[in-house]
Amino acid sequence: MGQPAINEQKSIPIKKKKSQRFKDFYKKFKKNKAAVIGAILIFLFILISIIGPFFVPYDPGAVSPTNKLEPPSSDHWFGTDHHGRDIFSRIIKGMSYTLFVGFSSVFLGLIVGTLLGIISGYYGGRTDSFIMRCMDVLLAFPGILLALAIVSVLGGSLRNVIIAIAVFSVPVFARIVRGSTLAVRKLEYIDAIKALGASDSRIIFKHILPNTISPLIVQATLTIATAILTASGLSFLGLGAKPPTPEWGAMLSDGRNYLYQAPHVAFYPGMAIVIVVIAFNILGDGLRDAFDPKSKK
Amino acid sequence: MFVFIIRRILQTIPVFLGVTIIVFSLMHLIPGDPAQIMAGESAPAEQVENIRERLGLNDPYPVQYWNYLSNVLQGDLGNSIRSGRDVTTEIGHRFWITVELAFYSIVLSVFLGLIAGIVSAVKQYSFRDVTLMLIALFGLSMPNFWLGLMLIQWFAIGLDVPSWIPFIDNTAWFKPSGWGSFQQIVLPVITLGTGGAAIIARMTRSSMLEVIDQDYIRTARAKGAKERVVIYRHALKNALIPVVTVVGLQFGGLLGGAVLTETVFAINGMGKLVIDAIQARDFPLVQGTVLVASLLFVLVNLIVDITYRYLNKRIDFN
Amino acid sequence: MANESQNFDNILEIKELQTSFFTEDVEIKAVDGVTFDLPKGKTVGIVGESGSGKSITSLSILRLIDRPGKIVGGEIIFKGENLLDKSNEEMRKIRGNQISMIFQEPMTSLNPTYTIGQQIGEAYKIHEGLNKAEARKKSIDMLKLVGIPSPEKRIDQYPHELSGGMRQRVMIAIALACNPDLLIADEPTTALDVTIQAQILELIKELQEKLDMSVLLITHDLGVVAETCDYVAVMYCGKIVEYTDVKTLFSNPQHPYTVGLINSLPSHEEDIEGDLPIIKGMVPNPTNLPSGCRFAPRCPYATELCNTLPELVTDDNNHQTRCWIYTDEWNGSTEVKTYAERNS
Repeated sequence: MGQPAINEQKSIPIKKKKSQRFKDFYKKFKKNKAAVIGAILIFLFILISIIGPFFVPYDPGAVSPTNKLEPPSSDHWFGTDHHGRDIFSRIIKGMSYTLFVGFSSVFLGLIVGTLLGIISGYYGGRTDSFIMRCMDVLLAFPGILLALAIVSVLGGSLRNVIIAIAVFSVPVFARIVRGSTLAVRKLEYIDAIKALGASDSRIIFKHILPNTISPLIVQATLTIATAILTASGLSFLGLGAKPPTPEWGAMLSDGRNYLYQAPHVAFYPGMAIVIVVIAFNILGDGLRDAFDPKSKK
Repeated sequence: MFVFIIRRILQTIPVFLGVTIIVFSLMHLIPGDPAQIMAGESAPAEQVENIRERLGLNDPYPVQYWNYLSNVLQGDLGNSIRSGRDVTTEIGHRFWITVELAFYSIVLSVFLGLIAGIVSAVKQYSFRDVTLMLIALFGLSMPNFWLGLMLIQWFAIGLDVPSWIPFIDNTAWFKPSGWGSFQQIVLPVITLGTGGAAIIARMTRSSMLEVIDQDYIRTARAKGAKERVVIYRHALKNALIPVVTVVGLQFGGLLGGAVLTETVFAINGMGKLVIDAIQARDFPLVQGTVLVASLLFVLVNLIVDITYRYLNKRIDFN
Repeated sequence: MANESQNFDNILEIKELQTSFFTEDVEIKAVDGVTFDLPKGKTVGIVGESGSGKSITSLSILRLIDRPGKIVGGEIIFKGENLLDKSNEEMRKIRGNQISMIFQEPMTSLNPTYTIGQQIGEAYKIHEGLNKAEARKKSIDMLKLVGIPSPEKRIDQYPHELSGGMRQRVMIAIALACNPDLLIADEPTTALDVTIQAQILELIKELQEKLDMSVLLITHDLGVVAETCDYVAVMYCGKIVEYTDVKTLFSNPQHPYTVGLINSLPSHEEDIEGDLPIIKGMVPNPTNLPSGCRFAPRCPYATELCNTLPELVTDDNNHQTRCWIYTDEWNGSTEVKTYAERNS
């Protein structure tokens, strides 16, 4: 459960034509095999979460008292749980929860964080120090604890988990955006554009945002990985998705009680989390290398 | 340096106030009437009013906050609703259990992380490097509670080894729950330390690789220094500086992760306390625990920042 | 006077040195068959633009070429022995002891986490096995020698507490600590202020006499060459295009590239109207070098002959030039020869 890595982009962005920038990026990205694998895996996961549930061998919710805690076999690839439900089918079904929580919480955090970061970096002064102190306060809560506190207050549900994780990821995005906003603001051409009468919103949307996009994408990808881990942790603690939902963390929590008789109940959902998180992590690392002007290849 | 330390300590004051504001506000974010929720849905109105009065919920917010803050500053974190004892007592020795768990884990992560990171960096792209970094990626992507469960299954339940194989004892090596003895400590520490080890390994590696490219490393080689000396004396000392910050941040993740680890291993620390409190809807206890954990984190980061500044003062002077 | 060089005992002879960098799909020949001698006690300069391979040549001598670079051929004969045949351990004992090197960037060439004293003392510990106290004493002497005021105080300072010029003096102190036979100075003054530059060059020269060293000076600055060197090798795209003594180089440069370099120096003898003459075109991409004379695409006199690589030809005065103009095969205008000469 790592704190999301803070990855402030300090280098001053170079102005380049959009298409050229994309081409450079694409060339580097293609060479980074791990990143390509990550992207393909994530695409596959999304595909599975959409069409997978139609092809699963069993109904993920179907209880079968005669088939309790069966070990993996050709009938039940990943075995069955304490209600006799097919774990493989449940994992496929659970994919959409995992991805949904990951994407939506990070998206929410990204929007709010970007907004705060831009306001902070662009207007500076007291606004800036106020916002940044608030972010410091949010970062002062160790790891999962803030999300835990929020969920404990709002009540355990998938929606509240999303809100909690979003709050928890806001400061990271705000800091990155503030950093690049400051860097761009210092460039002389911004003064020149201002002198020509460009409005604040034009400067922000045309000149500042495009320059923050790459570090943001990298951070967002890595934060999705953390978010998925945090969400599964909250569900494991019984504060997220509630039991019949085939959410992986919740499934793990079920499996916990049967470690002696049926270790597979806990093993497979955990493996599923690991694989999805790895995919986001290697994509994030790869994107960082591809965007980084300093990287050698 | 002295000025820096004072300034840095002063800077933590607004953070401290912010943390107390958030922790205080948590109570008021509860949908509905907190007093009613704490008393239970079927509680008589009188009892609800009693709780409301006891918690001072009838006062305006700023007054409530002021009371809360002055209580906190005097070390009074309120009373647990379930047990009625004061929160400080409830936290009491559990605080030290969690600190102990976090401390051992951070020692393990730093130890494993540094070794793996250095070994990787010294031979970049070698088989060793690639393998270690794959392991680190796995460690980084693993939910620690799952690792905990797997460790329990493998090492605390008993290995599934046929009895005729000599020397391997198929009774459990370690204990799956509790805290105190060596057999109880090993698994939780591995569980909690692995993620940090992975992050520190990756950080150390990239930091080492950056340092190895520096001009002064070439100077050391041109001087005729042995490769071992170049790596461990000249490169490592510089590479460790940024790693220090990561260790500080890691500590936060560790305190959070302790919640899950303590739950998995049934360790009676602060983490388990907060989960039990949440389930019992014992909000003052939740508030108190979260506050204490955050303050601990702020304190650790303060120490790390000062250390970093101390290590870095020779570089970042201008 | 050029004949003298043959009577000299050469401290360093480089023969057909080849150092390449291997990227994903191409081999970049950074140093491509460099040959020259460094007479004992003398100073040889290697001049060239960035990318000419001059720094790589100097790093190759100490075998400090890092991945993805590699010395692929040639010989480096130091005091009669080929350095390329030495084991890593033997080589390590030579570095900083018999051959020392100072670098371009004094700001980054010192380790920020160790004191000046620790960094100079290390050389004594490595090569002379001195203990702390002895090393410290000798380090203080060394700081005195390189002209650092109050060395007893400076020795316990960290690099960030010193100015660029001071740091370069410290670098020289480290390099000369063990009294080397050969000092390689890679652009030692490029990063410094002009006034400091002269001081550092003066210091190197002075210490060279005092310690009886030979010096290999890498620079892009012909002015520095004129002041400090006895012999000069001009490099272009990994090859030596001209090698001679310093006087001849300025009085009678032969290779069109050298002529161009000298012409582009601001002159105080003639009044030049308008801009300084410049060499047209750009240094070719190292991955895509011309197959013939590397300079041909920019050379005002190039003919088809120049599509074949010329040899380094030595004339009667031991003046070496890699150019078709000075060969019998030359088929272009004969005036060019005299033109090139006259134009200097």
